[in-house]
Amino acid sequence: MSKVLIYAENFDGKFKKANFEIVSYGAEIARQTGAEAIVLSIGNVPDEELKQLSVYGASRVLSFNDGRFDALENQAYASVIAQAVEKEGAEIVVFSNSNTSKALAPRVSVKLKAGMVFAATGLPKSIDPFMVPKKVFHGKAFADVVIKSPIKIICLSQNSFGITEDAKAVSIETFVAEIDDTVFKTRVTNVEKATGKILLNDAEIIVSGGRGMKGAENWKPLEDLADILGAATACSRPVSDEGWRPHSEHVGQTGKIVAPNLYFALGISGAIQHLAGVSSSKVIVAVNTDHEAPVFQEADYGIIGDVQKVLPQMVEAFRKFKSEN
Amino acid sequence: MKILVCVSNVPDTTTKIKLSGDMHSVDLANVQWIINPWDELALTRALELKEASEGKIEKVTVMLVGAKSAEPTMRKALAIGADDAVRVDAEPLDAYFVAGQIAGAIKDENYDLVFCGIESSDYNGSAMGSMLSEFMNIPSVSSVSKVEMDDDQIVVNREIAGGFEVVVPELPFVAIVQKGITKEPRIPSMRGIMMARKKPLKVVEASGLEALTEFVKYEPPQPKAACKMIDADNVAELVDLLHNEAKII
Repeated sequence: MSKVLIYAENFDGKFKKANFEIVSYGAEIARQTGAEAIVLSIGNVPDEELKQLSVYGASRVLSFNDGRFDALENQAYASVIAQAVEKEGAEIVVFSNSNTSKALAPRVSVKLKAGMVFAATGLPKSIDPFMVPKKVFHGKAFADVVIKSPIKIICLSQNSFGITEDAKAVSIETFVAEIDDTVFKTRVTNVEKATGKILLNDAEIIVSGGRGMKGAENWKPLEDLADILGAATACSRPVSDEGWRPHSEHVGQTGKIVAPNLYFALGISGAIQHLAGVSSSKVIVAVNTDHEAPVFQEADYGIIGDVQKVLPQMVEAFRKFKSEN
Repeated sequence: MKILVCVSNVPDTTTKIKLSGDMHSVDLANVQWIINPWDELALTRALELKEASEGKIEKVTVMLVGAKSAEPTMRKALAIGADDAVRVDAEPLDAYFVAGQIAGAIKDENYDLVFCGIESSDYNGSAMGSMLSEFMNIPSVSSVSKVEMDDDQIVVNREIAGGFEVVVPELPFVAIVQKGITKEPRIPSMRGIMMARKKPLKVVEASGLEALTEFVKYEPPQPKAACKMIDADNVAELVDLLHNEAKII
């Protein structure tokens, strides 16, 4: 039986929606090809958490745990994944499109001489030849890519497949890999991490402000709106360049690429670089004074008006809605 | 110490992407070519490090895999301030091919630090830098948002969910960089442009490595439905549409 191996990255011992999506996706490929869906986890993850992955169609979960793997050492992690693929004889390997996947999947690709497609947008269109759709030019076109090697690696774009349940009986197995001490060559000397904040890449709703916000001091109503909606806050490039908001909030081509269910572009004109980072959002709401602003080309709902005036009204309207629903 | 910055030649971000009639390729006639934005940031930061290093960093080299038509982009990198440039003479078929070519071309050069941009703005692969580190069998740090030199060590910030880690890698290593490593890309000065003409640009032959993937067909994006406009004095309607029509809240 052929096998699909899914690498599920954990976050402090827990899995997130992005993991459930790639397991759903890998399990669907397995179904279509008569293969078995296996998940590999690296790090200290409780069995209960590992078992959760069976809900989305995994029939086996391989768990590798080693004290040397507390920090991300790309060479070591990639080596464990490559060993698992080889030991299992998997032909298809699935990753998310997270920062960690960007660091690991290409290494696995070289180790296994396996062609890789990053940011795939759906299921393979054909198995022979093995052809996968992906976005190119930041959404200005789509392409079908054929992977010619015997082993194939797909990194799935977040929110492009969705989560599907297909509960399976699951076995949790300890995976053993041989990793030499000499590949641990980077040292993490400090970690700084915000807690309790909704992260941009996890957010279902994002409230984002642009130059129309006119200054760092005007962000309070935007944050209020985000609070009410349980949303993350973001901004356009000029805003982070001006220092009104941190760089980590910059959404757009050179910042973060996001794909939430709902994206509010408030006082953002929608330069092509910004739209490149948000065009995968399911629904976009734009507020801008200029009715010709390019953001309205991409938006689903629009309000022409000064965001300074419209935003407080939005805060009230959504607060009312939330109190009633 | 020597730094290598890998650059790719990409269509300007504002370029309209036209597909060929048979949809098998992108029509690249009349395209304005630029240095990939992340690579440009990497180059800028490499030059800042060199200038602040009091001679410890002797040289910043740019490397590109591409046809002769990509040379204006390399001259621009030289004009920005790179000391020399190397071009592997081959069409960049995929990330695996490009990384393998670069690894082959530099295997006797002993670079201490290799910079790559985290993504290219054309095929959005996000793979070349990590592949290169694997071909070279050296460490890599990805999602790097800050690079500093501390004596003979390089210290980087790696972005993680909700924050960052400070990482000290053994040299040589590959830093795969993103936004934040420098404020703005450097623009070539008139003097830089004059000097760039005389700086060395070496061309090396490609090895026989084969690509593992192939782009076979393209499609334009689905046209988007027109934006539904809502009166600024009637925000309640927006809430209603998001709830009842889009069913998103």
